[in-house]
Parts: sequence; C-alpha cells; structure tokens
Amino acid sequence: MSNIETNTTEVAPEVPGLGSPVGRRVVLGMVGLGIAGVAGGSWLSAGMTDAINSTVPQVSGVFPGAGGFRIYTVISGYPSYDAASYRLTVGGLVDKPLSLSLSDLAAMKQTGLTKDFQCVTGWRVANVPWSGVLLSDVLSAAGVQAGAGAVNFNSFDGAYTESLTMDEALRPDILVATSLFNQPLTDEHGAPVRLYVAPMYGYKSIKWLGGITVAKTVDPGYWEKLGYDVEAWVGQSNGRSDAPIA
Amino acid sequence: MPLSPDAVLARFSKAERALHWSVAVLMIILILTGACLYLPVLSGLIGNRYIVQTLHIWSGFLLPIPIILAMFSRAFRRDTQRLNRFTSYDWQWLKSKRARARVGGVPVGKFNAGQKLYAAFALASIIIMLGTGSIMEFNSYFQDFLRTGATFVHDWLSLAIVVVVVGHIYKALGDATARMAMVTGSAPLSWAEREHSAWAAEQKALASTESPAPTA
Repeated sequence: MSNIETNTTEVAPEVPGLGSPVGRRVVLGMVGLGIAGVAGGSWLSAGMTDAINSTVPQVSGVFPGAGGFRIYTVISGYPSYDAASYRLTVGGLVDKPLSLSLSDLAAMKQTGLTKDFQCVTGWRVANVPWSGVLLSDVLSAAGVQAGAGAVNFNSFDGAYTESLTMDEALRPDILVATSLFNQPLTDEHGAPVRLYVAPMYGYKSIKWLGGITVAKTVDPGYWEKLGYDVEAWVGQSNGRSDAPIA
Repeated sequence: MPLSPDAVLARFSKAERALHWSVAVLMIILILTGACLYLPVLSGLIGNRYIVQTLHIWSGFLLPIPIILAMFSRAFRRDTQRLNRFTSYDWQWLKSKRARARVGGVPVGKFNAGQKLYAAFALASIIIMLGTGSIMEFNSYFQDFLRTGATFVHDWLSLAIVVVVVGHIYKALGDATARMAMVTGSAPLSWAEREHSAWAAEQKALASTESPAPTA
C-alpha cells in the first residue's frame, strides 16, 4: 500500500519535447493539400462529378459537393401556391399589362437552354437543361414602352427581388423558366415559375417568380442590398464548361 | 514527497478548459449551421439563408480568438509541445491495438498518438475551413475557378470534420474520467497510470523532487 508502483514494469517518464514534430508535419501537409485543392478543385470536382453521376447519381442529391444544387431560400421553407390560380403578372411601363396563368405560359413559344448554373460563392452545376419562355418573348407580348430601361422582378415568397437592365433582359439566354431537367420545376427549385439568367451568377435567377415590372431604372434586389453586384456576370476565367452567348 | 495512490493530477489548466469548451461550442454551431446551408433537405426545412449564413460565418471568424488567447497560457504552450512530438512509442501505439491493451503495454505520454493526430487534424481543419470559407465570403477578390476550388475543399473537408468530431465525442463518452478531467482539470493518478503511464511516471518523479506542476 505504501508503494506507488501499480504495474509490474516500471514505465519511463515522458520527456516533453522529445521526438519528431509529426503534429507540425500533419498540419503543414493538410494545409498544403488544402491549397492544392483550392487551385485544382474546379477541375477535380468536374471529373469527380462525372464519375459519381455515372455510377451513383443519388449521392449528388444528398451531398451537393458531388455536383448537385444547393437549395437556397431566404424565408422559412418554400412559399406555397395554387397551380390553378397562379398568375405571373407583367406590368409597369408596358402597353398591355399581363396576368399569365401556367397554361398561358405553356401556350407561348417554348425555348430550351442547356447551360451551367454558377453560384457567386463558387459551386457550379454543369449543363443544366432548362426550358420555358424567353423573357424577351414575355416582354414583347406585353409591349415595352419607350423610356423603359430596366425590368424588376419580385417573388411570391414576399422577400426576394431581382432586376435586369432592359438590354440584359432582351438577351436570348434569359428564360421565364417552367421546367428543369426536363421536369416541371419542383418547389425547392422555385416552382411553378422562376427566372433563369444563364450568363450571370445564380442569385439573379429569382425563384418563385410572382411579378415582372418594367421600369425606368434598376431596383437593386435582395442580395444586392446585402453587398453583391447588380451586374452579376460570371467571370471570364471561371472554367465553366458551357460556351457563353455573346 | 511521493504521491499517495489516491492522488489527483493536474491535467488541464483553466485556460485549456476554456479553450476546449469555447472551441467545442463554436464547432457545434458551425456544424449545425453548415448542415442547414449544405444539405438540401435541411436548407429547405430551416430556410432563412441569410440568418443561418451570418451565424455560420461569424462563428467561423470567432474560432481563432480562443486559440490565440490560449497561446498566452504556459500550460497550453507546453501541452502543444507534447501534442506535436511523436516518439517510437506513438508509432507502436498506432500500429497495435493488442499491444496497447496489454497491461504495462506501450508507454503513453500525457496524450496518446490518437489524441495527437486529432489535435493536428483539428488545427489544420480550422485553418483550411477559415481560408476556404473566406474565399467564398469575400468572393469578389477571387477568380471563379478559385471560388469553385474553395467550395470543393470546404464541402469535402466538412464531411471529414463531422466524422472525426463524432469519433472524438464517442471516445469522450466512453471515458468518464477523461471527460471529467476536461471539466474539473484534474484526473486520478490511478487513471493516469492506466491510460497515460509515462505521464503518470513523469508526474510522480516531479512530485518527489517537489517541483510544482504548471497551473497557469
């Protein structure tokens, strides 16, 4: 009882600071890998995404890192709508204000676009098939008045808004979209109607589109008020797989 | 004077415990908010992207503060020295679970090799997540391919962090005495002789030469 040894063998006491600095090596090694990952991740992730989607495509639904969409909503959950009573309003500086039902939109000329979806923070979904009505076709149907310089958008979520200049709005790569991946838009992706602005970062592609208002000037939208660019063109050197429309 | 069998050893100073628990709370917030930003099922359910994002980013930027403050603690600096260094016993410990389990098996210092690797992983992860997160947040300073690369690293490392942190918590749940050491700061000598035999031997030798253990 007086003896302090409990085990049969006497253990040599630890000498702090003795040994090789493995901890430091692990830290430096990991940070080095991290830097390499940042530099090469854009290409790595494209290759990885192809591999995953051709073998276990379900993974990208759970882990967006495998080339899938992240779902953003600025309110609690998704706003609800009734398909029969849903109307996309088009007003402001137009000859004929419109109130388009889903069947009205379906009866207009449909356009398909297969383009990358690129978020400003970096994630990208490659070659996404979208279809709907060209925004410029919707605007022609309403008749844009002289002096109109911008198009402002609002969501029926009650919070999100966006905008385009009139020149931008008339581009051939901007859709009032009703389908994604050859299916009608699902709630998480902005059902029943959203905007898809192919040449710009994803935040311009307002979901749960409620109203289009033609105006004199651009009204900076939700994320622009929080510091993001109004002109959200995706950069030249971004490694996007799709070709830009001039 | 020699330690009695029911002696208690000073294991973690106040500064070390404060560091551990503040980092733990911030990490849990980061993981939970991160999950709500990343996993589609949660981001749809919870929504409120701007609020969740802000909470996540703030927690991330707060994370280095307790670490920097802890550097002022001598006890912490000494422990980081222990955590950094591997002897041949550490490699033996990693290689053979059976060798470890044998009574009087591999001598283990204040931290075993698993704990040392965990500390290195945690530090590296914090650095990498802060760096890649900053690229995503201050994105206007970085070309798109760098933003994509940063997102890629941030995504996959976050999954590794969850796995490793769950493992850490699991191990902690399996040893009440170790857990209590991070709460009270002290651990019984008898536990130390079983789990960290070389550290116990060092503490006994120190006690018998009457030099006080660092408590700052």
